[in-house]
Amino acid sequence: MDFATSSPGYAAPAPSGPTTSVKIVVAGGFGVGKTTFVGAVSEINPLTTEAVMTAASDGIDDLTKVPDKTTTTVAMDFGRVSLDRDLILYLFGTPGQNRFWFMWDDLTRGAIGAVVLVDTRRLADCFAAIDYFEDAGLPYIIAVNCFDGLLSHEMDDVREALSVPTDVPIVTCDARSRESTKLTLIRLVEHSMSRFAAMR
Amino acid sequence: MTGGRTRARYQLALEALVSTTPQGRNPGYGLMPEHQRICELCVEIKSLAEIAALMRMPLGVARVMVGDMAESGLIAVQQPGAAEGKPDLALLERVLLGLRNL
Repeated sequence: MDFATSSPGYAAPAPSGPTTSVKIVVAGGFGVGKTTFVGAVSEINPLTTEAVMTAASDGIDDLTKVPDKTTTTVAMDFGRVSLDRDLILYLFGTPGQNRFWFMWDDLTRGAIGAVVLVDTRRLADCFAAIDYFEDAGLPYIIAVNCFDGLLSHEMDDVREALSVPTDVPIVTCDARSRESTKLTLIRLVEHSMSRFAAMR
Repeated sequence: MTGGRTRARYQLALEALVSTTPQGRNPGYGLMPEHQRICELCVEIKSLAEIAALMRMPLGVARVMVGDMAESGLIAVQQPGAAEGKPDLALLERVLLGLRNL
């Protein structure tokens, strides 16, 4: 096998501008497969980053004024995908527990958009995430995770049950499949672009 | 490690990219062990989130540390393409192309 001829540009990496990063948020209820989704497309094993907060902080990101409060740790899994020599995409899974809203502003600031991963047996688990993205004006799509390659609801039923606007795409995906997660991300970016174009 | 501060002077994005500067590669003596390790980690570019995860330190601590190290010239920080709010259309097109080529 001759690798040299299969990638002619490889030997001459042209110096370009500084590397840029972008991010996509992967949301959904606990155990719906967010980390599996991230891991399916990430070039690194998903890493976990932790934020420490006071339990009673209620969204105020400042520990200095409440030195005696008990703290709580929120973990987020994330992965990385190099899209070009100078472009890196990060995928951040939201913390499983919806009560840790203080992290969500950090997660969504500047994001391309969000994939809301849905399990049809537990649709209600994603209501809070959908509400958050609607309020924040962040583009999102619904991805129904079909663990068994089988949909227990029709797509229209899902849309109705979630009461998402008609312009929000609903797709099916297999969070274990690289190709499927890739297509889901493509659908999200396309949706973000159309939202972006519509706002101009 | 952070002089008691829990807030960075400026808010670095989770996906902000950090790379070790020439000065950070040859910092001389007296560097804090954590700073030393971050300098080693970021010879290959890393995001703030990766630094926190790999250093096993809370995000807030990593944020303060990276801010300090950038001020002392040990590392360079590249805020994300969307730092001003939302990614622009040209950037989204590049992301789309990159995903399709995966």
